[in-house]
Amino acid sequence: MIRTVGKYVLLVREAFRRPDKGRVFRKQLLFEFQSLGIESLGIVLFISAFTGGIAALQTAYNIDSPLIPLTMVGFVTRQSIILEFSPTIISLILVGKVGSRITSEIGTMKVTEQIDALKIMGVNPANYLILPKITAAMIINPILIIFSIVISLLGGYLACEFSGLVTLADYLEGLRFDFEPFTITYAIVKTIVFAFLITSVSGFYGYYTEGGALDVGNSSTKAVVNTSILIILFDLILTQLMLV
Amino acid sequence: MIEVRNISKSFKGHQVLKDVSATFEKGQTNLIIGQSGSGKTVLMKCLVGLYQADQGQVIYDDRVFSDMPEYERMNIRKEVGMLFQGGALFDSKTVEENVMFPLSMFTNQSFEEKLERVNFCLRRVNLENANKLHPSELSGGMIKRVAIARAISVNPRYLFCDEPNSGLDPRTAGVIDNLISEITEEYGMTTIVNTHDMNSVLQIGEKVVFIHEGNLWWTGDKQQVLKSENKELNKFIFASELTRRLKK
Ligand SMILES: Nc1ncnc2c1ncn2[C@@H]1O[C@H](COP(=O)(O)OP(=O)(O)O)[C@@H](O)[C@H]1O
Ligand SMILES: [Mg+2]
Repeated sequence: MIRTVGKYVLLVREAFRRPDKGRVFRKQLLFEFQSLGIESLGIVLFISAFTGGIAALQTAYNIDSPLIPLTMVGFVTRQSIILEFSPTIISLILVGKVGSRITSEIGTMKVTEQIDALKIMGVNPANYLILPKITAAMIINPILIIFSIVISLLGGYLACEFSGLVTLADYLEGLRFDFEPFTITYAIVKTIVFAFLITSVSGFYGYYTEGGALDVGNSSTKAVVNTSILIILFDLILTQLMLV
Repeated sequence: MIEVRNISKSFKGHQVLKDVSATFEKGQTNLIIGQSGSGKTVLMKCLVGLYQADQGQVIYDDRVFSDMPEYERMNIRKEVGMLFQGGALFDSKTVEENVMFPLSMFTNQSFEEKLERVNFCLRRVNLENANKLHPSELSGGMIKRVAIARAISVNPRYLFCDEPNSGLDPRTAGVIDNLISEITEEYGMTTIVNTHDMNSVLQIGEKVVFIHEGNLWWTGDKQQVLKSENKELNKFIFASELTRRLKK
C-alpha cells in the first residue's frame, strides 16, 4: 500500500516535468480536450437533465406539510446539484467513461512495449503520455460541470412544469433564494481535484501494467475502483475543509 | 563499439544473467544467440537501460552508460535505435507519423524536411505507398520494416534488434536480416541482434555471441560456428533436421 503510493507519487513527479517539445504538447492537449471533454459531453448532459428532474420531483413529492413553501423545491434542487450531484456524481461517471479508457490505452502501450520504445528514443513516457491528459481534464472537467449544473436545473424546471407540481415562478424563486456564490467555487475546486485523481490514478494503473491483454483489463478495473474510492474520500476531506 | 563487463541480473532470486562480458563491434552485425529463455532479451534490455543490471558495466564507445544518471543517459538514447520483438509501433499513429515521431520530438526540422527524411527511410526499407496506413493494417513483415525505418530515422549510431524476424516466413525473415546487415554497414552503426534463428546466424553473423542459461558460452563468427566443438553450442545449432543434414 505505502509502496504503491510511493510509486504513484514518483510517477506523478516524473509526469510533471517540462515537456520535451512545446509544440507536440500543445497538439496533444488539443487532442485530449476533444477525447476527454467533447466526447463526454453527451453522457454528461443526458444524465444531468434526468437527475435534475428527478431531484426536483422527489423534493416536491416529499413536501406534504402546508407550512413548507413550494419554493423549497427550487432551493433544494439547486443546493444538491451544485454541492454534490454535478461535481461528485458526474466525476464518478467520468471515472468509468474516461479513466478506464486512459488505463487501457496506456496499459496496452505498456504490454506491447510501446512505452519501452518511447524510453529508448529518449522520451519521458510519463510526461509524454500522462501530463497532457491531466492538464486537459483539469481544464475541461470544470467546464463540463458548469454545463451539467445548468442542464440539471433546467431538467428540474421541466419536471416541475410537466408534472404540474410546482409553478415556474415558485421554482425560479427557490433557485434564487439565499444563493451563495461560494458554492460554485466549492464545486469547481472539487471537480479540479477529482479530474487530477481520475487522470493520474488511471494513468498510474496503465503505466504499471505487466503481462498481456487480460492484465490490461484487470488494471482498468482496479483503476476505476480505486479512483472512485479516492473521489469519495477527497469529497469528505474537501467538504470538511471548505464548507465546515 | 559497445562493451559489457561482468553483467549479472536476477529477478526475485532467480539469476538470469551470470557475469556476462562481451564486446560488440562498430560497423558489424553482432548476434546474440541462444535458446528461448536463455536471457537474450534481458541482456539487451540491460544494454539499453530498460533494466538496471545488478552488477557490471555497459560502455558505449568509452562512455560508461551504466553509471550515468537518467538525464545523462538521455543523450546516448538519442543515438540509439531499437527494434522490438512485436514492432512496438504506436498504434494510434499512421506509418508516416510513426517514422516521423522521433524527428518531431528531437529536431526542429520543418514538416517538409521531416517528410523527406521519412520517405527516404521508408524507401530504404522498400516500403512505399504505405504512409497513411495504421499498424493494424500492416502484415508482420511490414511492421518490422516500419519499425526499422523508425529506428533509423534519426541516424542512430547504435541499433538494437530483438528477434527481428520472429513470426515471419523464411523469405521475409531473410529480407529483414539482409536489410539490417546492409544498413549497419552503410551507416557504420554498432548493431546488436538477438536471434534463435540459424538462418540469420549463417547469413549475417559477423560476430556471434552464444548465451546458454544466462552464461556467455561461446564467441565467434558465422564461419566458426559450424565447426565449433562446444557441446552446448552444437546442441543448439544442430537441433533442426536441416542443420544436421547440412553438417553431413
Ligand atoms: N521482468 C521479468 N521478471 C522476471 N523474470 C523475467 C523477466 N524478464 C525475463 N525473465 C526471465 O528471464 C529468463 C530469460 O528471459 P528472456 O531474456 O526473455 O529470454 P530470451 O532469451 O528468450 O529472450 C526467463 O526465464 C524469464 O522468465
Ligand atoms: Mg526474447
